[in-house]
Amino acid sequence: MNLTRAILRKAAWSVFTILFVIILNFFLFRVLPGDPARAGIRDPRLKKEAVEMLRVRFGLDKPVINCFESLNPITLGDCNVNPLDTQFFIYVRNLTQGELGISYHTNRPVADVLAERLWNTVLLIGAGQILSIIIGVALGVFAAWKARTYLDYGAVAASLVAWSLPTFWLGIILLFWGSSNGFPLAGKATPGMSSMPLLQQWGDIARHMFLPTLTYTIVYLGEYTLIMRSSLVDVLSEDYILTAKAKGLSAFQILKDHALKNAMLPLVTVIAINLGFTVAGAIQIEAVFSWPGLGSAIYEAVGRRDFPILQGAFLLIAIAVIIANFLADLTYHWLDPRVQVE
Amino acid sequence: MSKKFLEVRGLKKYFEAGRPSFFAKDPRNVHAVDGVDFTLRRSEVIALVGESGCGKSTLALLLMGLENPTAGSIKFEGMDITHLNDGERKSHDLRRKIQMVFQDPYESLNPTQTIEEIVTEPLLVHGMMNTPDRDERVQKAMEDAGLKPADVYLRRYPHELSGGQRQRVVIAAALVLEPELILADEPVSMLDVSIRAEVINLLAELRIKRQIAVIFITHDLGSVGFFADRVAVMYLGRIVEIGSMLEVLENPKHPYTKALISVIPVPNPRLRHERIILQGETPNPINIPSGCRFHPRCPVAIASCALSDPPMLSLNKSHQAACLLLVK
Repeated sequence: MNLTRAILRKAAWSVFTILFVIILNFFLFRVLPGDPARAGIRDPRLKKEAVEMLRVRFGLDKPVINCFESLNPITLGDCNVNPLDTQFFIYVRNLTQGELGISYHTNRPVADVLAERLWNTVLLIGAGQILSIIIGVALGVFAAWKARTYLDYGAVAASLVAWSLPTFWLGIILLFWGSSNGFPLAGKATPGMSSMPLLQQWGDIARHMFLPTLTYTIVYLGEYTLIMRSSLVDVLSEDYILTAKAKGLSAFQILKDHALKNAMLPLVTVIAINLGFTVAGAIQIEAVFSWPGLGSAIYEAVGRRDFPILQGAFLLIAIAVIIANFLADLTYHWLDPRVQVE
Repeated sequence: MSKKFLEVRGLKKYFEAGRPSFFAKDPRNVHAVDGVDFTLRRSEVIALVGESGCGKSTLALLLMGLENPTAGSIKFEGMDITHLNDGERKSHDLRRKIQMVFQDPYESLNPTQTIEEIVTEPLLVHGMMNTPDRDERVQKAMEDAGLKPADVYLRRYPHELSGGQRQRVVIAAALVLEPELILADEPVSMLDVSIRAEVINLLAELRIKRQIAVIFITHDLGSVGFFADRVAVMYLGRIVEIGSMLEVLENPKHPYTKALISVIPVPNPRLRHERIILQGETPNPINIPSGCRFHPRCPVAIASCALSDPPMLSLNKSHQAACLLLVK
């Protein structure tokens, strides 16, 4: 069937994009300045042999790829080396086996570090996303319904303010507020909680999540409100809404059956893109609240020049964004029959 | 037949257009519809003709109850429906009995619904979803609207159809409720000329088959010549001439009607007659000219035209016009 073929084609493009990201990811971190072997241990007394040992351990002694010893500074090398014995192909081979390398800093497999951080991020940002989408869309529908009244102006003004708030600033303000209201200020759980009953552990995590989730929700819901409102106001002025009214549909039926589905289209794109970046986490929020997520992992890895972690995280983010876009395409097709998947 | 089917008396609709200046006492009004009278018999077709901006679409919205009139009255089957709210309109079954066909079939269909959903929805709204002959009604409405065989179209979306087919879908969605009156607001102006005749023929057929009265709004007098029973010519929110189709076309009395008829294209070049080209633009409906509202553009205006507003004069049983020159 035509649709199946179209989906397969889109999927093939997504895979192709991921391959491109894999290659770009490798070279991006090789052209960055600085010696990663030295970045982990910043001790000037480190002996030459020890540095060499580190380089061997992380495979940094091998040429980057045929003809290039290193890319920063660019050093030409032997073109006749076995390609399988260059950093690039070792990296690719490891990837095919699900190996993302070893963190320079913690010596742990990158996959393990990322997996552990990923779930924390998905928990926090996922909750924030869901809340901001639900509240934002509801507020947008409300504002469009009451369009050009003071309720509408109020909702729009509030959304604009919320959207313009700097994330870190709002986070810090809420930290101050939370500190005097008994909310935990950092991390994901109170130390020692793991010996408590499960229900109590979850309660503890929820209390820790409250402030960062609130920050995320406030900062992102304005975007959803504004897009939903303007899209719905547009749709409500369409002729087929008037037609529906002439046919005798009630205002609620018009909203439910005719307006919302058409007005959701622009929102789907925004939601998809934002969902893709759920994995990237909100670096600012995670940094402010010391939340042990992917965002803070990236933040820390940049400081330590921990390239394998960054490579792995970037790959993960890219894959998440590409998948989210793929899903958005499919949703679009389902929502709007005019969208032809050629 | 004792009570009139549709009776419109002194219907007015003013829209507020804001105050001319901060200190002005009264806001200015757009006089979209400014005192319209006419009646319509059961299964009669009346063509409502006028330039754009003369208030014909506003009149349609008023009749549909989609706008509230400023003054005047509308009686449908003897009942005053002028100020009914949504619920009352529904309980008197007006939303079923009066249906509308909008101008632009590209805009008036929800792009996310299939043809089946579009044509079935009115039944659902009016609680006729579970009548045993539902599918037959849908099928019959579609085939009466010229979508034959209906099955071919049911699963398709509006964007897969041509303009003419879309307008047939709009008509089918109106027919499915078995209305008594259809308001067609320029139903063919967005269609290719080649399809216009088809759609007009369709409406003419329906009127014979289903005894539906039609108010056919158009700016093109030529397109309704052979299908309307009567013509009402509107100028700046008011009907200036009304009469049976033949009377008005053969023997127009109002200078505005004469001008409109003179510019209908005649296919035979030997029969070409002189065209009356009106000077200037339609006046702004905020500042209606004094006296006869047509006098600034009227080729035969006399001095008194600027002073007194001509009343509607009966020329014979089926022909009325509002022009001072007709007063003897």
